[in-house]
Amino acid sequence: MTVLSMEEFLEKECGDHNYELEDYEAEVPRWCKGCGDHGVLTSVQKLLRDRKINPEDVICVSGIGCSSRFPHYLKTYGFHGIHGRALTLSEGVALARPDLHLLTVMGDGDCFSIGGNHWIHALRYNFNATVIVLDNEIYGLTKKQASPTTRQGVVTNTTPKGAYLKSLNPLTLMLGVTNISFLAQTATWLPGHLDNTLNKAWDHKGLSFVRILQRCPAYLSSSFEATGPDFPAVFLEGEGGIAVDKGMLQKASVIQHDHHNLLEAQKVALTETPSPMGLIYYDPNVPTYGDIRRRRIKTLDRPGLIAGLNAELDKYTVKQQHG
Amino acid sequence: MAKNKKVIPLKEHIIEFVSDSGEGAQKAANSFAKTCGMMGNGLWTIEVIPAEIQPPPHTTSSTSGNRIRLAEGKVTNAGDLAQTVVAFNEMAFLSRVQAGAVADDVLLIIDNIWATHDDPAYRESYKKITGDVKSRGGTVIEVPFEEETAKIVEDSKRGKNMFVLGYMGYLYQRDLNILRQIVEEMFAKKSKTVIQNNIALLEGGYTYAEEHLDFRYEIPSVPSKVPMVVMNGNTAIALGAIAAGFELCSMYPITPATSASHALSDIMEGLGGMVHQAEDEIAAIGVAIGSNYAGKPALTITSGPGMALKTEFQGLAVMTETPLVIVDVQRGGPSTGLPTKIEQGDLLSSLFGAPGDAPKVVIAPSTIKDCFSVMIMARKIAEEFRMLVIVLTDANLATGQQIFKRPEFSEVSLPPPIDLSPVPEGTNPFDWDPKTGLSRRLIPGQPGGMCVTTTLNHNAQGKVTHDAASNQRGHEMRSRKLAALQHTLKAPEVYGPKTGDLLIVGWGSTRGTIDEAVDRARAEGYEVSAVNLLFLSPLQPGLKKIFSGFKKVMTIELNYSDNWGDPLITEENRRYSQLAFLLRSHTLMDVDCWSRVPGRPFMPMEIHEVIVREIKKIKGAKEETAKLVSKAGGLK
Ligand SMILES: Cc1ncc(C[n+]2csc(CCOP(=O)(O)OP(=O)(O)O)c2C)c(N)n1
Ligand code: SF4
Repeated sequence: MTVLSMEEFLEKECGDHNYELEDYEAEVPRWCKGCGDHGVLTSVQKLLRDRKINPEDVICVSGIGCSSRFPHYLKTYGFHGIHGRALTLSEGVALARPDLHLLTVMGDGDCFSIGGNHWIHALRYNFNATVIVLDNEIYGLTKKQASPTTRQGVVTNTTPKGAYLKSLNPLTLMLGVTNISFLAQTATWLPGHLDNTLNKAWDHKGLSFVRILQRCPAYLSSSFEATGPDFPAVFLEGEGGIAVDKGMLQKASVIQHDHHNLLEAQKVALTETPSPMGLIYYDPNVPTYGDIRRRRIKTLDRPGLIAGLNAELDKYTVKQQHG
Repeated sequence: MAKNKKVIPLKEHIIEFVSDSGEGAQKAANSFAKTCGMMGNGLWTIEVIPAEIQPPPHTTSSTSGNRIRLAEGKVTNAGDLAQTVVAFNEMAFLSRVQAGAVADDVLLIIDNIWATHDDPAYRESYKKITGDVKSRGGTVIEVPFEEETAKIVEDSKRGKNMFVLGYMGYLYQRDLNILRQIVEEMFAKKSKTVIQNNIALLEGGYTYAEEHLDFRYEIPSVPSKVPMVVMNGNTAIALGAIAAGFELCSMYPITPATSASHALSDIMEGLGGMVHQAEDEIAAIGVAIGSNYAGKPALTITSGPGMALKTEFQGLAVMTETPLVIVDVQRGGPSTGLPTKIEQGDLLSSLFGAPGDAPKVVIAPSTIKDCFSVMIMARKIAEEFRMLVIVLTDANLATGQQIFKRPEFSEVSLPPPIDLSPVPEGTNPFDWDPKTGLSRRLIPGQPGGMCVTTTLNHNAQGKVTHDAASNQRGHEMRSRKLAALQHTLKAPEVYGPKTGDLLIVGWGSTRGTIDEAVDRARAEGYEVSAVNLLFLSPLQPGLKKIFSGFKKVMTIELNYSDNWGDPLITEENRRYSQLAFLLRSHTLMDVDCWSRVPGRPFMPMEIHEVIVREIKKIKGAKEETAKLVSKAGGLK
């Protein structure tokens, strides 16, 4: 009889595999050199490895855009959908398979513009998913058109004299949506902070929304130009929040923030420069849509279902009176 | 007066109950219909619905009610002109006359409270409209419905419908015990007093009729030996969806589809599933696709405008080969059109609405019974072929009630439990069988099967490709599935002989009406047959052969086409009705069409007229040619 070590036993019985980063790597990413998306992919792969998550138990859903190529580079199940609708597909997945991990990846145009309606409602449904928006403040894939988060005055191919409107602040908007349960912000040039943020989001049961400010050197090297320690950021520090990236603190400041307080979160979200980094709002007690719905769904085996349906048909059956 | 009553025997009768919206004519009519079903009569009912929730009362736009076609034997459609109308006011009746739905010799039973109403305008219109009935050859029976109701309950406005029900029950010799039972069931959730009041009203109406009528109708019934059900098409879709094993219905409210989702909302949680009302139609289909992709069968139910919003996602379902069933309960279009009315206007947009080449299955049930069984077939095809299946019904099926044999089903109709057993690493997500285009779907959670499902062009490995050969291949494989399905189909059955002068081709809910018109014309010696197409994509085999048996083939459809003889219309610019368009390109035969958009079902008599006219044209043309030939001295 072979004697298994505790580790071996656990691995055998609980299917707790050790994975390498390569186990989550699919094809070589085709993003531009220097594109912020690369780092987010690595951060997600590290998270999966560190948490020993079976690749087959993850679904990564995306829309259309540079950022939405994400699932192609991640060796899990992936659904590369259509522009603006990733959240709707995700919700279907979440309702059908609460047993799987769900990661939704979108661009700023994808989520805040064409997907705006779904964005609002997804927050209210609070289905269980980690949702990230790679916000490069521009349309990347279609080659430099203005997005809702493009800053006023920025020259793009559709705004050659500079963007006409003030940019949309997605954070304040989200903090006005009933049932929001998790909102955090980080940036692609803050790798440690990014890792911490994604981990915190992953742990949350409900819709964890992470806006990631993302560099797009190809089309908008001007935005986030002053990246790294020069980017005007303010880190949010609070109990149970996201650890502040100490290396980035030369220029950035730190404020104490109660992420459980919605009014405070709204205040923090209003300030765009410097950008708040960290956990902005967190309420672990908001029930997920799936849980609310599933609680009321009767579990039936197949004969039970057939019997139940027959009982329904009885209601429409005419008891014909014979002569 | 109870004795020596004249009994008028009938094979069938068309009865309409109409009132102002909110006065309950529909409730009375539905109870009446249910009673007829329980007594074993053949039955078809159709709703008369106002377009607004609270239209101005006592106007023609406020009419709400039901038509009931009641017969000794089987009924397949709503029939021709109404022979009896019971109206709560004269404007409700007038609206039916204006709709061309009422026979000249109608029996109008009307509340005479308007004859002496304070408002002179009401008195006048009442006098005029009832007078017109008599001058056209009809009969008017004036009944103080409201006054009599007031003797039984305080709020005479609310109970009138049950009094009317009792009155009509007597007139048509309906079993009072059954009527009582149905009224009790209807108010089962209400207080005892409410039930007692309504029974009193029912009996009051019955007795009043007994005391005042000197005749009764008799429509014999033969109770069926097998269990029968009475329901409308939307309910049949809902119950069929459950029998098919759908666990999620993801929808956004739209008339006339919504009531199917209402029916599901009532029962689905108790049967292991749920209805999800999404934020819009795009989200509704997205959620359904997400669920199917993840292994749980889901459907979405909508109508024309919702279909328009769903087109991009339809393309996604086709491209990613994710199984999906969409039910489109068609209504009048384009745009918001006639929201509550019937039309068959979405055939071509269903087939070709999504951009690019997006082959999909389109089926159209033609009876309420079919609405149930088609759902099981649709789910199976969607999953076995990894295809989008669109089920086209319409407002006629959706709200019409029919009596039919209780459907039987078993676990066989349910999908197999999802299989999450491991597959070898590197298994292709699109492992197309080159002959059929079919491939096995990988389900998230299946070890070894990790792959990307993408809306971009892809190869068998699921990898994005941009080259000509792989794009051609993807298209071929998606299209071939349709051919593979077509090979499993049988030729449609011809209703009537396989040869003759005229073949009428229809699809969907017009079937019963067309068949009845064909029966009448055949009885008069016309050589006409009919075909109803269940599959619109792929088309069933053998159509060309069937069509060749007839001198002329024409479709009859409830959608728009230009008419021969309309200004500017020539052979070069005539726009054909939708099925005709399809069949012309499919068979390269000269398929003609006769189509209209009246917003109501066709009447058999209208189709009969078309048949007679067309056959006369065919015969006439023959005689013309014969004359010309003899004038020219015979054929040389
Ligand atoms: C319905 C539809 N409209 C437009 C497009 C074209 N399109 C593709 S990606 C995109 C915007 C990309 O920008 P963003 O979402 O910010 O993502 P990024 O590429 O910057 O990551 C657009 C407009 C599309 N694919 N589908
Ligand atoms: S265009 Fe911008 S967002 Fe797109 S891959 Fe290149 S750098 Fe990244």
